Amino acid sequence: MRPALELHGVSKVYPPPTAVTALAGVDLAVYPGETVAVTGASGSGKSTMLSLLGTLERPTSGTVRVAGTDTSTLSDSRLSGVRAWHIGFVFQQFFLLEHLTVLDNVATGLLYRGTGAWGRRERAAHALAQVGLAARARHRPSQLSGGERQRAAIARAIVGRPAVVLADEPTGNLDSATGEEIVALLAGLADEETTIMIITHDAGVAGAMRRRIHLRDGRIVADSGALS
Amino acid sequence: MSARVGTSHGPRRQREVRDRARLPAGEALALGALGLRARRVRAALSALGIAIAVAAVVAVLGIAASAQADLLAQLGSQANLLTVASGQTFDGHPTPLPTTAETMVGRIPPVRAVTSVAALTGLTVRRTAAIAAIETGGISVLAAEPSLPATVSASVLRGRFLDAVSAAYPQTVLGYAAARTLGIDVLSATTQVYLGGRYFVVVGILAPVSVAPELDNAALVSFPVAGSLLGLDGGPTRIYLRVDPDQVGQVAAVLPFTAAPDQPEAVEVRRPSDVLLARIAARTAFVGLFLGLSAVALLVAGVGVANIMVISVLERRGEIGLRRALGARRRDVAAQFLLESAMLTTGGGALGVGLGYVATAVAAHLGHYRLSIPAQAPLGGLAAALCVGVLAGVYPAARAARLAPVQALRSL
Repeated sequence: MRPALELHGVSKVYPPPTAVTALAGVDLAVYPGETVAVTGASGSGKSTMLSLLGTLERPTSGTVRVAGTDTSTLSDSRLSGVRAWHIGFVFQQFFLLEHLTVLDNVATGLLYRGTGAWGRRERAAHALAQVGLAARARHRPSQLSGGERQRAAIARAIVGRPAVVLADEPTGNLDSATGEEIVALLAGLADEETTIMIITHDAGVAGAMRRRIHLRDGRIVADSGALS
Repeated sequence: MSARVGTSHGPRRQREVRDRARLPAGEALALGALGLRARRVRAALSALGIAIAVAAVVAVLGIAASAQADLLAQLGSQANLLTVASGQTFDGHPTPLPTTAETMVGRIPPVRAVTSVAALTGLTVRRTAAIAAIETGGISVLAAEPSLPATVSASVLRGRFLDAVSAAYPQTVLGYAAARTLGIDVLSATTQVYLGGRYFVVVGILAPVSVAPELDNAALVSFPVAGSLLGLDGGPTRIYLRVDPDQVGQVAAVLPFTAAPDQPEAVEVRRPSDVLLARIAARTAFVGLFLGLSAVALLVAGVGVANIMVISVLERRGEIGLRRALGARRRDVAAQFLLESAMLTTGGGALGVGLGYVATAVAAHLGHYRLSIPAQAPLGGLAAALCVGVLAGVYPAARAARLAPVQALRSL
């Protein structure tokens, strides 16, 4: 089976004045259907790994493959295409746009594919139903609770059925009970097409994922192992 | 990789191309509008600056055009009018032209119409004999022919012009300014003025004659009455003639010799439309200056919009990061902000065109002009607003596009 995400000898050194080595020669393959938690202390390279896997940044060396595509040779505009089609993001701060309804926020997940407005809304309604938020479609983000906002953000991430959902501390702004619900929701979204990867420093969140990777000083020091 | 995949949603044409990011133009426009709607007060205030500047442009051009419109209309119909006047004696009284002058001028082939007036000197026009003779009001007395209004395109404001009856009885027609000086506004059968030692019935009042202002301040009587009652004994002092518009120059050249073969140098030939040209120039003298000031106002408003857009980009770093994560390309982000800026100023420009029309209409009403706004004014105003919006949006849009997604997402 082809990996959904692949890192080969990936290093990331930030330019001076910091000149921090955030990742140092990481190799990783994540297969479709996996649920992965990436843990580690602050500065261990978790966020950098997520940015590289999400093609928001380029590695200093090594190759990043997303859904089989080597991203190192792609132009900035083609990288945007990879994000539009293969990657869904979930952020700690939700990043919902207040001047749009929940439905339109979710539909924005398909905007940069060129999908028409009707198609976007139809699929957004479906995604909202998937996360149990169908009743909130016409509300504004500010009218939702924290957990509901994160559900809406998750719906936006999965509306295009991407190969990978990357979640950066998705429970960071939520109380623990709500956080558990969100993690359970994310874990339940994984199927033969969709991989879920969560960055967290919360051991409880990590425990809900089948595979756990621990980072220290830019290296993988523990990996509970791929499914296959 | 680039195989087309059907959306299978709705009747729309397939637009998605797998693995490629794309943002149709319509969606980009909608995003720009969304940005403005999300910050209504701010957008409205910065659009207002543009609106005021564009309103100034439209109003300056509109008011200038309206002020000219009536004069230009007259210029078109008056450009073929010529006058022949005799010189003046040393004491300032006009010396008459030869009595044959009008007939001779009428025989020049391109002349279409001709009429003459003769100044009667030493006469005063007063409301009654009780008013002191020294209070002349500066009103002159002219003998005129019935063909005068048609030749100089004068219209009769009240009553009628001199006719066959006026040739036998003491009747007069007053020029517009003369009637005002005498305080005569409404005519009745008993409206009289004391003219040259006897009462004359006022039968008509002329509207202002822009090409022959000397008629405005005159009391007109018929030639027979001037001869029998007022002692006119010379020829005409001024001849008005209409000429084939293509041959105005040639006719003007031969006029002195035709009108006064003995003394051609004592004859003054004039083209009264020159007066209109001078008036148009006077009314539009400051248009350039005001347009320049409006342009400065537009520039200042544009700087304001650029400032607002830069602040907007800083505030919306999170949104920019999110959109990049969702697959927006740099150019999509740039287009969003550029369109937002352009729509803001174009909206302001449209409002400004409306305000400019209102200002012009008010000014035309107050100045008794005909409302006339050249098409270039609204179009130019909108185009200028659009240009300002694009220029003001370029830098903020470039900043937004250059923002690294990771940095943008971490900014909150």
